Order: sequence, then C-alpha cells, then structure tokens
Amino acid sequence: MFAVILALVFVPLAAGIISLAVPARAAAAVTVVSGLASFGLVLALVPAAAHRTLAYVSYFRVDAISAIFMLATGFLYAIVAIYSAGYVAKETEGESPSGRRRYARRFYPLFNLFGWSMLVAPMMNSLALLWIAIEVTTVISALLVALENSDAAVEAAWKYVLIASAGLGLGLLATIFAYFAGAQVLGQHYDLALNTILGAGGRLAHTPVRFAFMLAVLGYGTKVGLFPVHTWLPDAHSEAPTPVSALLSGSLLAVSFYAILRYYQIATATLGTGFPRDVLLAFGVASLLLAALYLLDQRDIKRLLAYSSVEHMGILAIGVSFGAPIALAGVMLHVLAHAAAKGNAFMGAGVLVIKFGSKQIAAQRGAMDLLPWSGPLFLLAVLALSAMPPFGIFRSEFQIVAGGLGAHGYAPAAILVILVTVAFFGLTAATTGMLFRSRRAGAPVIAAAASGAPGGRPSPAGDGHTDGGGRPEAAGPARVSMLERAAPARAITRGEPSVWMVVPAVAGIAALLILGLHPPAELTQLISRAVTQLGGTT
Amino acid sequence: MDPGHAPSVYQGAANVIAAVMLLLEFGMLRQALIRDQIRLYAAQSALISVLAIVIAADRGLPDLYALAGLSAALKVVAVPLVVRRVTGRTGRDEAPGVAGSYTLGVANSVLASIALAAVGFFCFNALGIHSPVAPATALAIAGGMILVAFGLMIVRRDVASQAIGFFSLENAISLAALVVAAGLPLILETAFLFDLLVAVVVFGMLIRAHHTRAESLSTADLTRLRG
Repeated sequence: MFAVILALVFVPLAAGIISLAVPARAAAAVTVVSGLASFGLVLALVPAAAHRTLAYVSYFRVDAISAIFMLATGFLYAIVAIYSAGYVAKETEGESPSGRRRYARRFYPLFNLFGWSMLVAPMMNSLALLWIAIEVTTVISALLVALENSDAAVEAAWKYVLIASAGLGLGLLATIFAYFAGAQVLGQHYDLALNTILGAGGRLAHTPVRFAFMLAVLGYGTKVGLFPVHTWLPDAHSEAPTPVSALLSGSLLAVSFYAILRYYQIATATLGTGFPRDVLLAFGVASLLLAALYLLDQRDIKRLLAYSSVEHMGILAIGVSFGAPIALAGVMLHVLAHAAAKGNAFMGAGVLVIKFGSKQIAAQRGAMDLLPWSGPLFLLAVLALSAMPPFGIFRSEFQIVAGGLGAHGYAPAAILVILVTVAFFGLTAATTGMLFRSRRAGAPVIAAAASGAPGGRPSPAGDGHTDGGGRPEAAGPARVSMLERAAPARAITRGEPSVWMVVPAVAGIAALLILGLHPPAELTQLISRAVTQLGGTT
Repeated sequence: MDPGHAPSVYQGAANVIAAVMLLLEFGMLRQALIRDQIRLYAAQSALISVLAIVIAADRGLPDLYALAGLSAALKVVAVPLVVRRVTGRTGRDEAPGVAGSYTLGVANSVLASIALAAVGFFCFNALGIHSPVAPATALAIAGGMILVAFGLMIVRRDVASQAIGFFSLENAISLAALVVAAGLPLILETAFLFDLLVAVVVFGMLIRAHHTRAESLSTADLTRLRG
C-alpha cells in the first residue's frame, strides 16, 4: 500500500510538471491520464483503509476518514480532467494560437498541482503538514481563480487569497496550540502526529485544546465557507474557470472540512462531545440559514451554485454536531455525494455559459431544447443537489436528519429540513427558468448582456444590465470573458459544444445513482469505520 | 517558572522583544509609504530571529539557531525584496494608491488598534496558558499583535498594505509559536517558511495583476462582486 500512496504523491505532481513542457493537446491528455490514474489509486486504497489505518514513514497516515475525502477528490479530479479537455478548447476558441498556448500552459499545470495538493492533504499524519498542504491548495487555487485575467477574476482572486490566508493564519495558531497542548504530556519534542496526539487525547490540558478547536473551526472554516467567514467563496467560485469551480466546490471545501474533523477528533477525545458539537451546530445552522436565503435571489448561475456549497457545508457541520452514528455515516456519504453532484452541476453550468455566452440566469433560456444531453444532465444534477431521491444526497441527508431525530436534536433537525426546503425552492426556481422557459422571452436580455460590455472591461454598474425587476445588475459579474465578448445576439443552434463536456457528467450521475441506490459493500465498510473513528455516539 | 518570581533574563528578553514587535506593528499600520512599511516589516522579522537565538541559548535548542538563520534569510531579505520589486515596478517613486489609504483616518485607526491590542492581550492572558517554556506576557503580546495585524488589513485600502498586514500576521503567529511551541521540529518550521515564500510569490503576482488592470494599488474599486 505504501507504493500506492507514493504513486498518489507523484502522479499528479509529475503530470503538473510534464504539462508545463508539452503542447496543449498533450497536456490535456496527460491531465486526463493523471486524473484517471489518481482515482484508480485511491480506489485501490479503499479496501485496505476500510480495515486498518495505513501509516508509513511517520509522514503518511491514511485511515477511513482520509480515504473518504481522497475518494471525493480523486473522483472529481478524474471527471473534471476529462471535462477540462473540452472546456479549455472551447474557452480559447477564436483566440490566436499563441493565446491558446498561453492559456493551456497556465491552466493544466496549475490544475494538476491543485488536484495533487488536495489529494496529499488528507494523507498527512502531522497536523502541521496538513496545514501546509491546505495553504498550498490556497495559493495554487488563487492563481487558478485569477487565470481569466479579467478585472473581476483578479478582484475575486485577491479577496480569496487574502481572506483564506488570513483564515489559515488562525489555522496555524490552532496548530501551535494543539502542539502546546500535546507538549505538556508528550514532551517538548514531538512531531504533532495524529496518532500520537489522539492517543494522548484524554490527558491533554483542556484550555489549549478548546482554544485550538475554536481557532481551527474559524480558521479552516474560512476555507470551508462557514458563515461568517464565507465571503470569498461566491466570488472565487463564480470567477474561476468552470473546471476549477467544480474542484473548489466539491473538493477544496471538503478537504478543509477534513481538517476541522481532525480537530474535532482531538477535541472530543479531550473535552468530551458537548463543546465541539455545540460549536459545529452554531456554525452549521448559521451557514445553512445564510445560504438558503441567498439562494432565493441569485442572478448568476455560478454564484447560485457557490451558495449551494455553503448550504451543503452547513449540513455537514450540523450532521457532525448530531453525533449519532447514522448521522456521521450520512456526513461521510454526503461528502462523496456532494462532490459528485456539485461537480456535475458546475460542469453543466459551464456548458450553459458557453452555449449562451453569459453567466446571467436571465440570459439562459430553453436549455432543455438547445442542449439535448447537458440540459437533462444539469436538471438531474440540480435535483440531486436538492436531495431528491434516488440520488446520493437524498440518502445522506435522510441519514443526517434521522440521526438528529434519534439523538433528540429535534429543533436542529427541523431547522435543517426547513432550510434545505427553502434552498430547494431557490435552486429550482432559478434553474427551471433556464431549462424550460422558451427562448423568445429571454432573447432581449441576451442582447443586452452581450452588448453591455464590449472589450472585456466591466461596464459601470447599472448600464443596462437590468433584469425583469429593474434592479441594476451591480450584483452580477462585471467580468466579461472571451466567450461573452464573442457572443453577439446570435442565433443559438441546438447541439452540444463538446463531447468531452458530456461524458464526465454522465459518469457523475451514475456515481450519484450508485451512492443513492446501493453503495458498494467496501464503501459501506469504509464509512462505518470512519464513523467509529469519529466516535459516533448519541 | 513560579509566577511570583521576578522574571528571568530570558523571560525579560522575550517580553521586551515581543513588545517592540507590537510597536513595529503599529508603525506599519500608521506608515503612509510602502517602502517604510517594508522596512518596518524587515525589522520586525529580524527581531523574530533574535528571539529564536535567545530561546535557543536559554533552552538549549540548537535547532532554533538554524531556524533563526533561515527565517532571517527569508523574512528579512527575500520577502522585503519580493514586495519591493513588485511594488517598485508599479511607479517611479511611490506606488500609487498606498499613501493615505485609511478607511478611518490615522488617529482613529491607531486608537482602534490600541483597543484591539488590549483585547488581544487580555484575552490571551485570560487563557492562563503558562508552562516552563512559555513566558505568558510574550504570548499575550502576540495575541494583541495578531488582532492589530487583522486591523491593519481591514483599515488599509490598498493591496500592498494588506499583503504586509498578512505577512506581519504571520510574524505574530511565529512569535506565539516561539514562546509556546519552541520544540516544534525544524523540518516543520522549514516547511512553514517555504510555504510562506510560496505565498509571498503568489501575493506578488496578484498585486502585479491588480496593478496592471487598475493602474493603482488601491482596493477602492474592488467592489464589483457582491451578493
């Protein structure tokens, strides 16, 4: 198994380096191969991790919890790598050959390194190395967010890197206080390994552990997107290239949540379950409430999906706070199902943006007719995100609510159900219009959106970007990508932009069905081991 | 160390260094020009290295000598060089948009930061974290410094000052780390420093990108993305 872990460290890293040196097509191929290989390697780890904790050379440690988060990242990295092959070709269509080369030369290496950093983070044994890996995910993804090099992309990247880095500063402080807590028991020289510190759990001093846990929730929570430190999230998700948005939402947020779970383990071992669960419940409910309300009034499809991510991260936090084994099993399944569903939703949204030349929901009409594959697939992804059966999120949220009711958390469970329903209305109200309303009604809006901002510079707020409500579209994205510039009010023909952008969405829906209908036995075993490790008790 | 005892030379030195670092943090907050902010940051970073040497000598931790050297090479030389290079290219004399980028005005900013420093100091003190290795006062000052660094990032409205604010936040955390976690293995400390370097380079690239597009370092126009 050590060979598999080493391969996971080197394959995406090598892919990142190779794709720097080769032409765009070859870089796309290398990325696809690396994505599929990484997913295969993670799958190979699953049976072993379901039975024992794999620890090697004091730096690597893969247990059931890490394996679940790696599975989410590995799957998303693989399908989004395939999607990227189509996306990059479409995004740079109409540019000069040197422009296309430049875009591909920036995109593929960073994309692979991003996948690499997120795969490596859950394998780290030391809390310090975990922090470093997560900081690396931040700096790489900040460059990816800025990749379009438009005003809005640079703005989003700056806010992201500053807010996330400052948040991670608190995460570093959490690491230091965790070290301090351990040093009282384990001596001044130890390497902050999870094994060691979890083993010493009951003997640690309470104050530093409590402080470290709070700092970790606030610090890593910044990257998870928990209220009130979520502010970077909608900007970065909406301005990043779509494949990156999918990875950010499905994988990066989860990896940061993984860090919180590790501190949760330490905190429960030391302090008991009361305090850590209360903290997570408060952050979870606040995030869910904020996201549900923002989902009701979004005009930009990618921001809509970004707020849906805040919603789902809130659900994860609430699920952990319930503490019942079935709720924790639901949380673990939710990590996987959310990765697949949100990845799919972003990939579908990316196709719609390319098709209609705008991110504005009002400009996207009749997608069901125009996109014979992506339209229905996007609809399925949104239904899956809204926890409709038979998809994985239905099963996971059902388990979380059942766990909450079983653990006598009636009020939080009721709040969860109500807010998830509100979010459902927000999501479906926006997307049904995009998919089913006829194009005629939306046509003038497309013309306005396309002509409002020639030349890629943002137009001043309110210069005609108005929608039906007459509100100036200052809230909308001022960034106008190459796609949007190249989109006059043209006749939109029926057909898919690229087969590369459809195949991964089919794979995502298949995964959601498997998770919802009948998760494989190995996965069930992995999840139940993770639940034991999280100390599932009522 | 018995709290009733007079502080040892080591504790006194650690506390004095921490206090001077906090004063330099206020200097950065107040300083109008980016060049001067960078100088203050370099001075603050140099003090971190001095503190590492003091602790190394007092506690017999030879690792910390290496850390002091590495930290000085990086934070006193490399980071200021990168930031100066990035901001230096943006204008002949002084980067536009930095001077006077206060949200609150100088006096109010400083007053607010004094309040922040006091809150941080008393909160960290109230934690009651003390050990043979950790001088409690230096830790409490680090707490104040962390909040002032956040304050700096909030009250200054230009990307260069915000970046400096983040780097000095990292200095404040290094100070806390030195007093409570001096035994942290060298390899991890080195990795932290390397990570900081990568972050500095990325900050630099984004500052450049921002300047190229906005022709100023001010963040006043970064208000497009809302809702």
